Amino acid sequence: MSRPTSKVTRYAGTAAALLLLLAMPYYLDAFWLQVGAFVMAAIIGAIGLTVLVGSAGQLSLAHAFFLAVGAYGYAFLAGEPGAGSAGTTLSGPGLPTTVAALLAVALAGAAGLAFSPVAGRLHGLYLGVASLGLVFLGQHVLFNARPVTGGFNGRPIPELSVLGFELTGDEPDLVLLGVPFGARERLWYMALLCAVAAYVVAGRIVRGRPGRALRLMRQNPIAAASMGVPLRRYRAGAFVFSAMYAGVAGILIALTARRVVPDHFGLVLSVEYLAMVVIGGLGSVRGAAVGAAFITGTPLVLSHYGDAIGVFARPGEDGIDAATAVRLLYGAAIVAFVIGSAQKGRPHAITITMDRARRALPGVSRRRLQRQGR
Amino acid sequence: MNRLIELLAIGVSLGSIYALIAVGFAVIFKGTRVVNFAQGSILLLGAYIVAVLSPHVGFWAALGFGLAAGALGGLALYGLVGLVRHGDHMTLSILTIGADVLLATELARRVGSRVMPTGDPWSDGVLRVAGLTVPHARVAALLSALLVIGLLFVVFQRTAWGVSWRSAAADPEVATLMGIRLRRVRGASWLIGDALATLAGLFLVAFPNTGVEAHTGLLALRAIPAVIIGGLDSPEGAVLGGLAVGVAETLVAGYGDELGFLGQGAGDVTPYLLMILVLLWRPSGLFGSREAVRV
Repeated sequence: MSRPTSKVTRYAGTAAALLLLLAMPYYLDAFWLQVGAFVMAAIIGAIGLTVLVGSAGQLSLAHAFFLAVGAYGYAFLAGEPGAGSAGTTLSGPGLPTTVAALLAVALAGAAGLAFSPVAGRLHGLYLGVASLGLVFLGQHVLFNARPVTGGFNGRPIPELSVLGFELTGDEPDLVLLGVPFGARERLWYMALLCAVAAYVVAGRIVRGRPGRALRLMRQNPIAAASMGVPLRRYRAGAFVFSAMYAGVAGILIALTARRVVPDHFGLVLSVEYLAMVVIGGLGSVRGAAVGAAFITGTPLVLSHYGDAIGVFARPGEDGIDAATAVRLLYGAAIVAFVIGSAQKGRPHAITITMDRARRALPGVSRRRLQRQGR
Repeated sequence: MNRLIELLAIGVSLGSIYALIAVGFAVIFKGTRVVNFAQGSILLLGAYIVAVLSPHVGFWAALGFGLAAGALGGLALYGLVGLVRHGDHMTLSILTIGADVLLATELARRVGSRVMPTGDPWSDGVLRVAGLTVPHARVAALLSALLVIGLLFVVFQRTAWGVSWRSAAADPEVATLMGIRLRRVRGASWLIGDALATLAGLFLVAFPNTGVEAHTGLLALRAIPAVIIGGLDSPEGAVLGGLAVGVAETLVAGYGDELGFLGQGAGDVTPYLLMILVLLWRPSGLFGSREAVRV
């Protein structure tokens, strides 16, 4: 009889956490709101990756590329033609920003789909190694397609607005309960909304029918195929799904940073996202959120308060600066979590699925299965 | 025409360096089914140690220390991977990514913004033959690669140890029943693989490059297209892939003016483009063993 109560407490916990997050803009200053927006963007990206790597068992190091497609897709589609920095001329169709955002997400998905002839045929490790190529090719395009991307110095990001109301800007003025709702506050709510939606959708997919098919495909492709799972389509589908999540995350990152530069979307970013999903436990949506918060939040906070703490070297000094410390930390975290999770001797996920399936059966047949020791 | 031949010569010599790294990848993957993403930082470790020691003990002694450090680094990685008993290969490869982040960050911090010359005997000398100009260091790289890889293949094919290595790679369980010590053979794969990477690193930082830099390790990633093109589990394919990548990269960079529409630094990304094209055509690379799965 403990199940209903635990369910109630769980719902209450979720509701309390959501309320807390909703109230945050009333208490936090601009810096923390910005950190929060970055973290929520990373959470969306990491959830997309954990479904691909954890559930489908397809290692991808191309996540930075799809983040870039989202970010630059939005910047270009919503951007007006004009002069960029360092003598470049920017072009852009200047679409309404909401349309541009939706198209950018579709573009990221299309980029994933375009890679699917490779992604659908390769599995696991091979894909991971091959997807490395996308990051380098993507960065090359970002540096060189100057009219679209602005080249080395990047391009500014137009504010996202619906019918004249800026969701990420200061226009028009808005004051709620005595607190002015400027760009940072609005961005916080935008990001929160996207993150919650991403979390719920991914959770349903992972726990539902497609998730089961993906997990079976990871553990035993032959069994999955004989159960009627179209392997190629599911592999490609998982790739497109994760690319679209990355697209949303990329747009949010762009809106928060207000300018995108090609340097940001390198291999390091891909590895960071991989670290997020490994730390959270491969395939766990909640874990990916926690990992994303840790990996994205820590360096921002450490570099902001680094001087106050006084442990880290300033740029140019000998010793460990904040960025290096964080890299060492998450490198160690990957090693520790992989070794740690292997020591635990986790039961095969397929047993877990069987357990769940059995629990879902009506009482009589469940007991019969138990008698038979299955 | 002359320019083409010269570029080809330089491309082949660069390709031989990539081939060394790629064979290292392939040996480790074939032996233990793990992609060693830490190859780059091991390469940097070896080159860094050579650069630090060579002013004190001379280049050749430093080279010995560097190679030993790389090989031991490989063994240490094998020990780390061995901690995970029943991990699948993807998890183990992710583990090496973690190790790579750790080692590369620490080394990058130590190197800082310096460029550390290794004090190699070739310095900036160039060889002029029949109108071709090729750096001494690259000639040395080509010869060493030929020698080392040739020797390795002879060992794999002809010696008793080579037979045990190949059988352990082909079927670990049967090999164990035949009395082959898996741990030893696998450890040797890592040792050889990372020693090869270290040797390649040494030539990679030599002329026309200027020395060990913080991001030298990233250069090892160029060998990944090489090993994928050849097929991950085929050391022979890795040699061919390495040469193909080296030549393609040098040609695109060399004809950069004519290929201006590809943008600046197109040579650096040519290997990756080539890799994706080959994968579309043959998903397991040119010589990789296909998995025959029928449902």
